[in-house]
Amino acid sequence: MPRKHIKAILKLMPYLKNKMLIDKSLTELASGLINKEFSSEEIVKECFDKIEKINSKLNAFTTVLDKDEVIKKAREKDNKRTENNNSLYGLPFIIKDSYNTRGFPTTVASNVLKNYISPYDATVYSRILNAGAILIAKTNMDAWGHGASSENNDYGPVRNPWDTSRVAGGSSGGNAAAISSRMTTFGIGEDTGGSIRNPSSWCNITGLKVTYGRTSRYGCVPYVSSFDTMGPMAKSAEDCALILQTMAGQDPLDATSSPKAVPDYSKNLQNRISGLVLGMPKECYAKGLDPEIKSSIEKAAEQFQQLGVKIKEISIPLLDYGVAVYYLIGTSETSSNLARYDAVRYGQDRSNFTKETIRRIMLGTYALSAGYYDAYYRKAQKGRTLFIKEYNKALSECDAILMPVEPMVATKIGELINDPIQNMLADIYTCQTPTGLPSLALPCGFNQSGMPIGMQLIGKMFTEEKLLNIGHQYQQMTDWHKRKPPLIEK
Amino acid sequence: MVNKYIPIIGLEIHVELKTVSKMFCGCKNDPFGAQQPNIYTCPVCLGLPGALPVPNRKAVEWCLKMGLALNCQIPLFSKFDRKNYFYPDLPKGYQISQYDQPFAVKGSLVIPSAVEGSLRLNRSSNKLRDSSASPQNDESIGITRVHLEEDTGKLLHAEIAGKKVTLIDFNRSGVPLIEIVTEPEIRSSEQARNFLKKLHQIIRYLGISDADMEKGSMRLEPNISVLSNDQRPTTKDQLPPYKVEIKNINSFSFAKKAIDYEIDRQIEILESGKIPLQETRGWDEKKQITFSQRSKEEAQDYRYFPEPDIPPIRWTPEDIKRLKNLIPELPDKKVDRFIKDYQLSKEDSLRITEKKEIADYFDQVVKFKKIPPKTVANWIINKKVDIAKVSPQDLIKLISAKTQTAVISEKELEVVIDKVITANPKPVADYQSGKQTALMFLVGQVMRHTQGQANPHTTRQILKKKIK
Repeated sequence: MPRKHIKAILKLMPYLKNKMLIDKSLTELASGLINKEFSSEEIVKECFDKIEKINSKLNAFTTVLDKDEVIKKAREKDNKRTENNNSLYGLPFIIKDSYNTRGFPTTVASNVLKNYISPYDATVYSRILNAGAILIAKTNMDAWGHGASSENNDYGPVRNPWDTSRVAGGSSGGNAAAISSRMTTFGIGEDTGGSIRNPSSWCNITGLKVTYGRTSRYGCVPYVSSFDTMGPMAKSAEDCALILQTMAGQDPLDATSSPKAVPDYSKNLQNRISGLVLGMPKECYAKGLDPEIKSSIEKAAEQFQQLGVKIKEISIPLLDYGVAVYYLIGTSETSSNLARYDAVRYGQDRSNFTKETIRRIMLGTYALSAGYYDAYYRKAQKGRTLFIKEYNKALSECDAILMPVEPMVATKIGELINDPIQNMLADIYTCQTPTGLPSLALPCGFNQSGMPIGMQLIGKMFTEEKLLNIGHQYQQMTDWHKRKPPLIEK
Repeated sequence: MVNKYIPIIGLEIHVELKTVSKMFCGCKNDPFGAQQPNIYTCPVCLGLPGALPVPNRKAVEWCLKMGLALNCQIPLFSKFDRKNYFYPDLPKGYQISQYDQPFAVKGSLVIPSAVEGSLRLNRSSNKLRDSSASPQNDESIGITRVHLEEDTGKLLHAEIAGKKVTLIDFNRSGVPLIEIVTEPEIRSSEQARNFLKKLHQIIRYLGISDADMEKGSMRLEPNISVLSNDQRPTTKDQLPPYKVEIKNINSFSFAKKAIDYEIDRQIEILESGKIPLQETRGWDEKKQITFSQRSKEEAQDYRYFPEPDIPPIRWTPEDIKRLKNLIPELPDKKVDRFIKDYQLSKEDSLRITEKKEIADYFDQVVKFKKIPPKTVANWIINKKVDIAKVSPQDLIKLISAKTQTAVISEKELEVVIDKVITANPKPVADYQSGKQTALMFLVGQVMRHTQGQANPHTTRQILKKKIK
């Protein structure tokens, strides 16, 4: 056999082994498309095949686009492909239903916006579209971003592909479930207080919460305007780097988007990380943390050490106050952000808000009311300043902070939604968003019953590049992120 | 009775800026010129889910200019806030406004005194304030703050197919709006009117708004209470325990009437030993009364908090200096300059500077140094020169032609005058029976027949002699 053919077969080996195109990294998919090893049409068909087979068990979507239309679009991309295309060209993706997408419903998984079709596109969405990616579905979530389990909505809970009696996490739960079970090549999520990282860790995918202002918020229905960040969700840090490249950058339509130049996120992924320091806050590994999660992260820490990384114990004494600061500011802003759904427009009245959402509106309205403002909202803002100082101090002692994402693995359906306090406390490690810091969540193991465990790396402002580098290096020596839920193998 | 009570009046004035685009989006800012409702709209000014506001730099700068023109301090840090309330014309459920850190604070505006008619006032004030350089008894009204916000949409109550409906037009939604708040230092309706006229003049000078009361691009809300003399305040902070706000006022004279009505109404209540209700009242121009709209019990809690969608604004002293330099010469300074440099009377200076365009025109004509400024001023004031049609050069030519001694001889003039007298027996008889204005008519006739070449003074003398 000529050497050329052997090379080609070797190149196809992973594909033959996995039997799925979607298992490939986005870079592999992009080069495969350019080299005509396969087509966008094939990838899209694979997505729909999985959607048809397993989505009924997961409930990951609020809207799935018409299959024939999407395939038609994929063929168009196949025909028009050139070597200069963006890496995302011709790749199918999904997007959280909080993003405005012209032509398809934008419901935020709430009946308040039932059948609402927006006349405009969110900036991040149009950037991904302009890169040539193909939308296949909009994903289920906690309505308005209000939750950590994707149960608080009018579309039914998103189920975890690793155990369908459990939740996928939230609020970007639909994205995580769909990416984990290979119904798409990547997804666009949104993180306010863990909404990308929580479901990523519970469904065994990689998700990046960017620095506040790194990506445009224009056109994503807000939960907490001063915390909301638009970020990528995918199978690996490497994929996230590629997606972020297209998403990031200043937007004249978002006054809070940063003018800071966008670096090449993929360029330094291969850099060695020896000599870097990861800080582990002792408060994160004390009471309340599932021991199996603790040991998984400790194991990850050891692996980092093998890569030459120094592990340092640090302290974030204010950790426990995070939930209060986050929820007081968060509910205050959301009470105002949701005021426009007053039944004069959009066709549905306020009785369509869920109990959890009404609770948050009430809480925020209270915190902003005359006589209570100083005690709650203003105090929380002061707390926010203290948090920023505390995290800055912690990050002055290390390059990134290594922390759990959640204190427990994915909960059973109904567990969180029926216990509002527990629901909020689940955000203990992800509610540092008032600081605006970036954080990468990535898989680091499984518990005894086979549920995924995630960890997060929190970096200084605008250091996504470094976080992705660390994450990628970790994923080069581990294969947690490559594991797929048994459900899809059946 | 009036002396026993002191009216305490503060003003809140809203002014729509005439920027090209709206406050937080790129939509055209022209709600009055719009041919149809809802054509100048976009996701931002419709408050659609996910849309975000981006402040209009020009509007922000104009707000600062307004503040600077009112001698305000410009804090180096400022921010926008959300004012939360529900109303169908407010698409977001909140208005982006400014709460505790507005763009401009602590200013003042000097206005002519309102004690008496202006001429008499000048003389009396000379006696009162001999040391004052200005012959006029000016008064200074404190400006509490000047802030920037967005206008709301407009509700139209109509009947369609026999059904009463309310329609919303969002063309006005998001139009930049400046709010100016005075200290409660105004003591009479006349003073309020003087303040408003002066403010209106300055706004027009700055060129930031049409300030058209009828179109609603300038809106007034007086706050009125009355302090009885027995409880006369020892300090400024001692105000009556209530105040009444009046809305729906769309002219300066309505404002004056509404304030007068309200002062009388409140004094009547106080006389009966009661305290007027704290409330918002409207002005009914037809009935010439104010009427209750909303009482304090229904007062809103706006739950103000910093607008998270817009980063706070920080200025450097250089920024403020730059904006200060962009402010044109304001009326007071112009009046002083015209008096000093051109030896105009105060009266003439005030008239010439009433409108900036006329003052600028005057300046241009005078700059040629061909005609004495006093003559130019007289022409502009008395002949009501159409400055849009007559260029400064043309005016100079015109004045030169007309002021060069009569081109017509006295003999010729007498012939014309005789003709005019025979042709107009009635005015002649009128004059003879003591009606002075009839003489003016006859002079006018002579001027017409001589194509303006007659000297009006000579004409007058000859006419008088002939028909005495």
